[in-house]
Amino acid sequence: MAEVALINATKRFGDVAAIGDVSLTVADGEFVVLLGPTGAGKTTTLRVIAGLETLDEGAVRIGGREVSKEAPALRDVAFVFQQYSLYPHLSVYDNMAFPLRSPTRRVPEDEIRRSITEIARMLHIDHKLQNKATRLSGGEMQRVAIGRALVRHPSIYLMDEPLSSLDAKLRQELRLELKRIQRDLGATMLYVTHDQVEAMTMASRIGVLKQGKLVQLGTPREIYEDPAETYVATRLGQPRINLMPRRLFPSLPTPSSAETIGVRTEHLKIDRHHQGAARVARIEHLGDQRYLHLSLEDHSIVTLAGHDTDLDVGDSVALQLERPLFFDRDGMRVRP
Amino acid sequence: MSGLSTAHSVVEPSATSKRVAGALVIAYALITLIPLLWIVLTSFKTPPDSIAYPPKLMFQPSIEGYCNLFTTRTRQTPEYLAAMPPPTGYCDRAVRSRNMVIAGPSNVIPRFTNSIIIAFGSTFLAVFLGTLAAYAFSRFRIPLKDDLLFFILSTRMMPPIAVAIPIYLMYRELGLSDTLLGMILLYTAVNVSLAVWLLKGFIDEIPREYEEAAMIDGYTRLQAFTKIVLPQATTGIAATAIFCMIFAWNEYAFAVLLTSGEAQTMPPFIPFIIGEGGQDWPAVASATTLFLIPIVVFTVLLRKHLLRGITFGAVRK
Repeated sequence: MAEVALINATKRFGDVAAIGDVSLTVADGEFVVLLGPTGAGKTTTLRVIAGLETLDEGAVRIGGREVSKEAPALRDVAFVFQQYSLYPHLSVYDNMAFPLRSPTRRVPEDEIRRSITEIARMLHIDHKLQNKATRLSGGEMQRVAIGRALVRHPSIYLMDEPLSSLDAKLRQELRLELKRIQRDLGATMLYVTHDQVEAMTMASRIGVLKQGKLVQLGTPREIYEDPAETYVATRLGQPRINLMPRRLFPSLPTPSSAETIGVRTEHLKIDRHHQGAARVARIEHLGDQRYLHLSLEDHSIVTLAGHDTDLDVGDSVALQLERPLFFDRDGMRVRP
Repeated sequence: MSGLSTAHSVVEPSATSKRVAGALVIAYALITLIPLLWIVLTSFKTPPDSIAYPPKLMFQPSIEGYCNLFTTRTRQTPEYLAAMPPPTGYCDRAVRSRNMVIAGPSNVIPRFTNSIIIAFGSTFLAVFLGTLAAYAFSRFRIPLKDDLLFFILSTRMMPPIAVAIPIYLMYRELGLSDTLLGMILLYTAVNVSLAVWLLKGFIDEIPREYEEAAMIDGYTRLQAFTKIVLPQATTGIAATAIFCMIFAWNEYAFAVLLTSGEAQTMPPFIPFIIGEGGQDWPAVASATTLFLIPIVVFTVLLRKHLLRGITFGAVRK
């Protein structure tokens, strides 16, 4: 395992910069999650580190060594593709053995057998080892793809939405398992997802990408509680942070340049004993949770209703904001 | 999904349309197979039977045609034949009954060998070069890629015979006329364009993530190509090889122009047989029958690779 750094990395496809001037250091043994919507440059970042794309500007360093010009095989990274990319003409076992049998490694066969057996058991695919890679369900393919990376001990694991095609139960199980493996091995990991639960629970640090730029990098707590802009604030939190124009709360003391007030559901107190400006528009029952849709003037607000509330559609309530976040016209954070 | 969109789904054909389709297929098969069957039948007829009118469907089979194909014969007087020792085999007897004696082996075996060497050699070369070129065109950013591909295709646009005279002159200068190497190179040049285009299509369909995964797994691009791309391209390679093989095996125009002795292949050789001692149709038919066998065997051997869809599906789209 090693420290991996991107330094002022820029990669253009034609005129479009897929990533622009990204600097990011993943410390040895750290689990960094890249978060962002489709097209934000998450996958490109991984591919640049792996050597599948060459940088137009900047550098990649692995373990302090400049590798920008090196072939992927020499960089000693493991990659889990979103599309699995299992070798269809090989069995599950041979797929997992493939990296260990490479000319750069040449691991003895009995050692290969031992590590595959161990990893396969962990991923619950040990009964499928002799299957053809094409004769698997989507979830099994994805676990084989993860297994093919885990049998190695590379400088860094690069994972591109590795849990995206698993069902909820398995995803949760593997999320914990991956995190445990990462901690046990002390593995350096750069992990791409757009699942905020994965990001929050697994990451040592989260990097938020926006159109190829790294807009904020910090611990999950920092990203959640102290977002630098509305873009970052809306990445995390379920239901999403409520962004409202300042004029809806005329009595709230706000910094002068603030245009938007952001408030997360846990900071939104509903006072049903006072007649207020907000009306209950709809209540969604999600089983363990209840989503409360409020309308305030022409604005809708979504929050969670406590279990003890007996609110009904049409009720008027007053809203109290605790620790609101302020953003200026461009969505940048304004601190009081 | 499946239950909702029946309006656009494929409908199981009705019994009637199945029967009609079956009848059409059988009719078509008969139309194409009858000439072949006739050739095979003729090869087992005696020369008189082969030109009998009305044509004989039932006849006493004979391998005289094959005897004549593999031998050269000289006509002799009945007195000379009577003075000879008794015949030593079926062919000897059959030939003598026509007042001839076997003078020696014919050229059919060397010509057949030429055909095999040239067809397999040029097919191998065309597919080998075509696979590498197709991979490069499929995967790399090549300057003027589209123009190059069009240029490669354009070599196939005019009939090969249009360039026969220049090639003939060029080959004479280079000493390639009537050589196996010359014919292999020529057929390779004609086939390589087909091979590049066919194989590019097949390789385009192999997701590049496979090679990327292999390169990250510690392999060079060339190793990834041989270990990952080639096994998955076998379908396309087999199909391409069959097409190249059929062209090289059947080619007549260049062969008749550029080969006369040493490197002559079967197609220009077969018509020669007609001239040797009358119109010997059974010999021609037996040459044609033998000529058919390798291409049938080759196609049948590669048939299972032509069934597609075995290797696709481990990448999520």
